[in-house]
Amino acid sequence: MVIGKPHIEEKFRSILEKVSDPEIPVLTVLDLGVVREVIATGKKVDIKITPTYSGCPAMDTIAADIAMAFEAAGYTTNIELILAPAWTTDWISSEGRSKLEAYGVAAPLSESQDKRALLDGERVLKCTLCGSTNTKMISQFGSTACKALFQCQDCLEPFDYFKCLK
Amino acid sequence: MDVSLYKYLLMLGDNSMILGHRLSELCGHGPNLETDIALTNISLDLFGQVRSLFQYAAKVKGGSATEDTIAFSRTEREILNVILVEQPNEDFAHVVGRQYLYDIYHFLLLEALVGSKDETIAAIANKSLKEVKYHKRFSGEWLKRLAGGTDESQQRMQAAIDHMYPFLDELFHVTEVEEEMRAQGVGADLSVIKAECYAIIDDHFRIAGLQVPEHPPRVSKGKYGIHTEKMGFILSELQFMQRSYPNMQW
Ligand SMILES: [Zn+2]
Repeated sequence: MVIGKPHIEEKFRSILEKVSDPEIPVLTVLDLGVVREVIATGKKVDIKITPTYSGCPAMDTIAADIAMAFEAAGYTTNIELILAPAWTTDWISSEGRSKLEAYGVAAPLSESQDKRALLDGERVLKCTLCGSTNTKMISQFGSTACKALFQCQDCLEPFDYFKCLK
Repeated sequence: MDVSLYKYLLMLGDNSMILGHRLSELCGHGPNLETDIALTNISLDLFGQVRSLFQYAAKVKGGSATEDTIAFSRTEREILNVILVEQPNEDFAHVVGRQYLYDIYHFLLLEALVGSKDETIAAIANKSLKEVKYHKRFSGEWLKRLAGGTDESQQRMQAAIDHMYPFLDELFHVTEVEEEMRAQGVGADLSVIKAECYAIIDDHFRIAGLQVPEHPPRVSKGKYGIHTEKMGFILSELQFMQRSYPNMQW
């Protein structure tokens, strides 16, 4: 079983940095934290990835894209989808969080703040365009299962929020 | 093959598969865009969880079984979901009522299964639990909103609950397979979940101003593969492609 910190051989990072999430293309699979283990035996690489959400339709594409990137670098791959430990939004790198915000998707809040924003209708989430926290939840589910839809009440920008998953 | 484990995985997966299918029927038909997206996202979560369960079931079964043969090649009598999840999408209140009852049960079940002695079941439960937390919030909020809304929405929510509530009991009927799995420390203890589930629901109903229906529990045999007349229609749609073009691939 793979625990908290992923085990990725250093030389493979540059390959993985070229593989992005098909639904949020500014994030690489490393930013997202879905690659849990990469271990090579000669030219054969064993890779373990974990899904964000069980039904995430991007996982098959991500696995195929990783396989292609490694093949282009001269390796063969064996990719395994693992479920434990379960992915959490805490695994999104700090770089990934900044990229998300710049892309217009608000990064996950802490678990308690997330609850306040989603359940109690409190205005704690920062607008990705103007930075105001005068924001309102429009829908608990957004364009994908991992996001909710918010709207800024000052600049009126509608934006996605990447929900906290713990 | 471990027949009991295999059947237990089917029972876990089939409830979510049939409910996921019912929700998928709402794609493009939700009462508004946000609700439409929410319901189909919940459907997607459920199907994702079913995939994990059926992939494991296929491993337990061995041979040429795959997640797809399990979902698409079993006949009605071999599918073990409870009758609650077969109930049609009469109106939005029925969708919410059915979802709410299932979510409360599902959440408690998954909490119990996180402690399963079977590592794969525990991992799937742990993953699913995080998702079902959101489902439960969504259906619970709507239950309250409809019950506390206009006279019309209140009546419809009550009517939906009156219809769905008697089906809840079947989830707690303990089959031989479930008893065996519980005894092995693999499955959940349904008697514990039952008490908790009814306590939570009755409390929510009281807060929302809904009457707890007095109708006695329905005697249902979904867990034994005996379904209502609605099931044939569900399967003819769910399994259409594989029945018409066996082994087709996207
Ligand atoms: Zn703004």
